[in-house]
Amino acid sequence: MSNAMNPARSFQGLILTLHAYWAARGCAILQPYDMEVGAGTFHPATTLRALGPKPWNAAYVQPSRRPKDGRYGENPNRLQHYYQYQVILKPNPSNLQELYLGSLEAIGIDPLLHDIRFVEDDWESPTLGAWGLGWECWCDGMEVSQFTYFQQVCGIECAPVSGELTYGLERLAMYVQGVDNVYDLNFNGVEGEGKVTYGDVFLQAEQEYSRHNFEFANTQALLRHFVDAEAECRALLAAGAPLADGERHRMVFPAYDQCIKASHIFNLLDARGVISVTERQSYILKVRELAKACGEAFLQTEAGGALLRAA
Amino acid sequence: MPDLLLELRSEEIPARMQRKAAGDLRKMVTDGLVDAGLTYEAAREYWTPRRLTLDLRGVTARSRDVHEEIKGPSTTAPEQAVQGFLRKAGLFDISQAHIHNDPKKGDFYVAHLSRPGRSAEEIIAELIPAIIRSFPWPKSMRWGKASAKPGALRWVRPLQSIVCTFGPETEEPVVVDFEVDGIRSGNITYGHRFHAPEDIVVRRFDDYVSKLEAAKVILDAERRKEIIRADAVNLAFANGLEMVEDEGLLEEVSGLVEWPVVLMGTFEKEFLAIPAEVIRLTIRANQKCFVTRPGDAAGDEAKLSNHFLLTSNIDAKDGGVEIARGNGKVVRARLSDALYFWQTDQHDLPDLDTLQESAARFDLDLSKPLDQRMARLDRLGVTFHAKIGTQGERVARIAALAEELALLVGADPKLARRAAVLAKADLQTEVVGEFPELQGAMGRKYALLQGENESVAAALEDHYKPQGPSDHIPSDTVAIAVALADKLDTLVGFWAIDEKPTGSKDPYALRRAALGVIRTLLESDLRIPIIEVAYRQRNRWVDQLLEHDAGSGAGDRLSSSDHTDDGRSVARDLLSFFHDRLKVYLRDQGARHDLIDAVITPQSDDLLAIVRRVEALGAFLDSEDGKNLLAGTKRAANILAAEEKKGTRVADAVDASLLKQDAEKKLAAAVNQAEKDAGQAIQNEDFSGAMRALSVLREPVDSFFEAVLVNDPDENVRANRLALLSRIRAATGQVADFSKIAG
Repeated sequence: MSNAMNPARSFQGLILTLHAYWAARGCAILQPYDMEVGAGTFHPATTLRALGPKPWNAAYVQPSRRPKDGRYGENPNRLQHYYQYQVILKPNPSNLQELYLGSLEAIGIDPLLHDIRFVEDDWESPTLGAWGLGWECWCDGMEVSQFTYFQQVCGIECAPVSGELTYGLERLAMYVQGVDNVYDLNFNGVEGEGKVTYGDVFLQAEQEYSRHNFEFANTQALLRHFVDAEAECRALLAAGAPLADGERHRMVFPAYDQCIKASHIFNLLDARGVISVTERQSYILKVRELAKACGEAFLQTEAGGALLRAA
Repeated sequence: MPDLLLELRSEEIPARMQRKAAGDLRKMVTDGLVDAGLTYEAAREYWTPRRLTLDLRGVTARSRDVHEEIKGPSTTAPEQAVQGFLRKAGLFDISQAHIHNDPKKGDFYVAHLSRPGRSAEEIIAELIPAIIRSFPWPKSMRWGKASAKPGALRWVRPLQSIVCTFGPETEEPVVVDFEVDGIRSGNITYGHRFHAPEDIVVRRFDDYVSKLEAAKVILDAERRKEIIRADAVNLAFANGLEMVEDEGLLEEVSGLVEWPVVLMGTFEKEFLAIPAEVIRLTIRANQKCFVTRPGDAAGDEAKLSNHFLLTSNIDAKDGGVEIARGNGKVVRARLSDALYFWQTDQHDLPDLDTLQESAARFDLDLSKPLDQRMARLDRLGVTFHAKIGTQGERVARIAALAEELALLVGADPKLARRAAVLAKADLQTEVVGEFPELQGAMGRKYALLQGENESVAAALEDHYKPQGPSDHIPSDTVAIAVALADKLDTLVGFWAIDEKPTGSKDPYALRRAALGVIRTLLESDLRIPIIEVAYRQRNRWVDQLLEHDAGSGAGDRLSSSDHTDDGRSVARDLLSFFHDRLKVYLRDQGARHDLIDAVITPQSDDLLAIVRRVEALGAFLDSEDGKNLLAGTKRAANILAAEEKKGTRVADAVDASLLKQDAEKKLAAAVNQAEKDAGQAIQNEDFSGAMRALSVLREPVDSFFEAVLVNDPDENVRANRLALLSRIRAATGQVADFSKIAG
């Protein structure tokens, strides 16, 4: 195997190995969603597709933005922009834990050499109105993945339940590459001249975005954008509403984009420190209401499993 | 007699739920079997992260046949009554019933029911699925294909297999066959997830335990704990270290592994610059590892070594080198976060210019980190309670009160104010954000680092004391002033918005706050006028509301509270809450509750005085004089009460000219003297003296009742004598309401 594809030698190799592993298990390998999100769960391929009765198996990388986690590139572990590898299987197969452990072996983690553990972690996303039970998966004390059985998404009971796996790619890569600083990760697997590190790709961006997130993001403008996104989401949902009882909703995905946008703007405002504790709650509630409305609309679409009323 | 082996194997069960779940399983199974008419000799439950197991010995093989007669109506009863009887007895036709005769009632129907005994297997096969379906997990979930339909089985995590075997020791046990949501009971389990993934056929508990152990699963959690504890202590000792024991962590860790292997990891010494408590919590909360101290610092809580102990779940091929290294990496990453928090908290905040207004309000010095944090707490308008207001407003009230109380408790008012102003500043620090349980402790550390007076620094931590009945009260006067101010302000606030504790509900721990005030006052010999303090503190709050609402134009908080009242009723009501808590406290201390009731009046707002009175009264009543005076006073009170009820006239005052007999003259003189002396003694807070002054009444009261008939035919004499009795009641009433004393 060339280093460019080797999960222990290159960041991209890790991703490609996971793609190959999950592709071989029937997942559609999707691409990242083209919007700023806080986690892979926000991708409509998870949030919306977890709803309704239709089976759905997909895997993808999702760049995730956590404005508050910026450290100006000075912390070896913490980033305001990082990658999550996301797998969603609906309904969850009964051997999901074994499938997950198989994926760790595929990237070179031997469970008789490394201490793999499933530690209680009830996952909840207040902004998405979602929760599930599951674990943090530990490898030698490090949380490398989240493993969740979705019980509710967008405030709607999941039927059937999806299994969601979220791998923290940088952490895993640091682990398998044996690197202590995320910026030292080998990105492309080349040694010597031509080697590209994670730092080459992202260090400057981390510094610049930290400045932006904490110091310069225009809070007045962001506050307005939040209001706009909220209004737009509702307007689109209203405009796409079923024309008659039993008809389908016609504009869920665009409306959901506005929900994602509102969520990210809220995160930025939070990083800027302009949201008080009480306001915080009300912002979270506002985003959740949008997510709920989108989820309910999705159930009225074909992908959401809505049956058309017999003509 | 047969034994039952039950194992419910699932995906990883949260550590904190395992012990209780296993106990619940034992109780539900044994209760269920007993209800069904079976008995058993012994039951013991076990648990690991992946299984709940029940070992039930000596179960009866069958339940007994049960014969029962149900009496029905008379044979001449109307059809409706007969139908009702058939339904009740479970008969199809009245011909199935027998007819009995009673000499009084005549012929009537009786159903002879006999339920044959059932085999234990049959009972178990019915019972276990029902238990699984109704198991009381604190949180449970659905999973897989079955979750598409309503009513799917819920378990804490997906349930994977059920072992259920039953049989006597001398025979091959059988599988008790049943099915729950597609999971069929059997005799197959699995060992350690990685070391022994093959299936294991089990027969009964004995071979089950030994086969599991061979498959690297230690079933007994207590044994896992002992292994971890012993190995950790030894490994530390071998490295010249002492393990910092942590029972809660040990319990948790034993619920995270089936095969514990203790290893040692290391982090860089420079992290030891972080306070020990922060290191311990960081490593404990995130990594579930034990910390160690250097062997020569045994018992020194402030000192840690740079080695920690972790418990892995495998016997690693390389002896655990990789695992220890990996854990070390994570601990380092966590500690570098902690170090970042610890250092950030000692540095300037970015937006200092926005904090000027808040700084001025609290007289803060913005060159100091903790002052900046307090300014930000105020500036951000962080809510304390939606109806009470912000943390900033709260701190302002506490500071004003602490300054006032300082004079009463003998503290320097300036220091008390300063301590109160900084008391909540650490809520804005990164470390407390990460570890809320360190509030107060961190404030103290940061205060010392910025050169605060030591009493002020100590008060930042100690004003939260006492945290419970076994915790100490603060000792330094500055801390006392702030502790009292903080607790009283909280109580007044919740009283003002009418959110008092009810029944078992006390979400804001107001009872604890009141008890803290009580203990602090009593144990430090302090007295504060609670009504006055509460009244003024409540007005401070109202003033803030008015100011706030004038500024924002919002009147919601004001309108939601009844501020038209002058606040006196809030203060009085709070005082009566203090009285209730004081009674509970004194009763726990062994005081007689009738004495407490006797001395407390709705106006007694000096708690220390109440306690002194109770003590003095108790001592007095133990003496002969006390007992007799109590009897005499009660007699006087009873006569008065009876006459008052009849509407007999009682003179307003004793008229000396109407006193005829010696005994009543003497009593009148003695009452005058005793009332005066006792009143004087009470003024001087000399309660024993007051009791002594009253004790001289004993003899004249006794003589009076011996020699004098109250019910004189002359109405005026009678009214005068009743007035004299009421003087006795009044005189003793200065000290206590004797009518409330038992005996």
